[in-house]
Amino acid sequence: MDNDHLSNLIVTIANAGDRKAFADLFKHFAPRLKAFAVRQGVGSTTAEELMQESMLSVWRKAHTFDPKRATASTWVFTILRNKRIDMLRRENRPDVDIEDVPERASDASSADEDYQTRQTRDLLRHAMDELPADQVEVLQKAFFEDKSHSVVAEELNLPLGTVKSRIRLALSRMRAALPESQI
Amino acid sequence: MINHHPPLELLFDYATGSLPEPVALAVASHASMCSDCRKQVDAVESLGGALLSSIEPEEVSKDALRSVMARLDEPEVGAMRCAAATNRETTEVVPEPLLPYLGRGLAHLAWRGVGRKFDEVHLNLAAKGFKASLMRLKPGAEMPSHTHVGTEYTLVLAGGYKDNGEQYGRGDFALKDSSHEHRPIVDTDEPCLCLVVLDAPVKLTGAMGRLMNPFLRV
Repeated sequence: MDNDHLSNLIVTIANAGDRKAFADLFKHFAPRLKAFAVRQGVGSTTAEELMQESMLSVWRKAHTFDPKRATASTWVFTILRNKRIDMLRRENRPDVDIEDVPERASDASSADEDYQTRQTRDLLRHAMDELPADQVEVLQKAFFEDKSHSVVAEELNLPLGTVKSRIRLALSRMRAALPESQI
Repeated sequence: MINHHPPLELLFDYATGSLPEPVALAVASHASMCSDCRKQVDAVESLGGALLSSIEPEEVSKDALRSVMARLDEPEVGAMRCAAATNRETTEVVPEPLLPYLGRGLAHLAWRGVGRKFDEVHLNLAAKGFKASLMRLKPGAEMPSHTHVGTEYTLVLAGGYKDNGEQYGRGDFALKDSSHEHRPIVDTDEPCLCLVVLDAPVKLTGAMGRLMNPFLRV
């Protein structure tokens, strides 16, 4: 399922409370969310629980999804991240995002923009495949193991500067893949 | 114009979710005022999204969909505290991520005078080993010279100060650790309001510092 279709499903949930759209979204994301949580080392039962709670949040927070700002996968990632902080660390997540309803001025989006958005999503999907292995290693450790960059450096036995530069390189690659309107 | 930003790695740690709540609060509050840093956070989150979409899926329990569907109409419990209804004076100064932690308007917080230089109010956060507070430094106030055992994260919300020749104003983010000795001086006519997060006690240097020390314990 491509990101445009997934985005549309989230928008449909927001606009119409559509349970069929939710079930479709669940089929795509639930197994990935669970896999992500398992990679975070929480054990299968907790991973299942994190996944279910995250999917419930997807339903409840669908109105905060702004397809112009993030892809469906990115937005769902942030839901899982926040759930993990909430459930495992029992902390709140101070969030930059103001949870208001994003503007959906459909007439403002031209064919050009649509084309650009599609391009972006294709680039993003392949961004991970194209990153050098040493950058991916750092990213995986940071994202999957809930570790700060300095802990990642310690555990990989790398100088802090090396980890910093790998993060910077991966990010600049990622930012280059995003159009000006999105970054 | 914001001139001082969190280092990219701190934004990265915020976006991956590995920062403790008090530090995340300072970073989120800065990013809510700074579109550049917000874009960096968005870019890191895109990396998270790319990892999620490329991961090998894991089988979920057989009744997972049914049990989640059955809960869709449940009311949400334990939701993040809502931002308290406060006055405009407060919402114009206090960034959105910080509002829920105050619970009331700036004028109605439990300010506690520390010497004649500043007032302080502690924020209640669950994380151990941190101290998070709002500090309101009086115009002209000169803080005693100090260094840190750990790290001090400061976000300026109003007014401004000078420190080691650098000017800090609204939205500016300062990160100081044991390698910096610093001595901020408020150089605005209005008081300087800052969110300050410490992950270890302040170590004061100089005679004035020793006098002030008991007031600054974490």
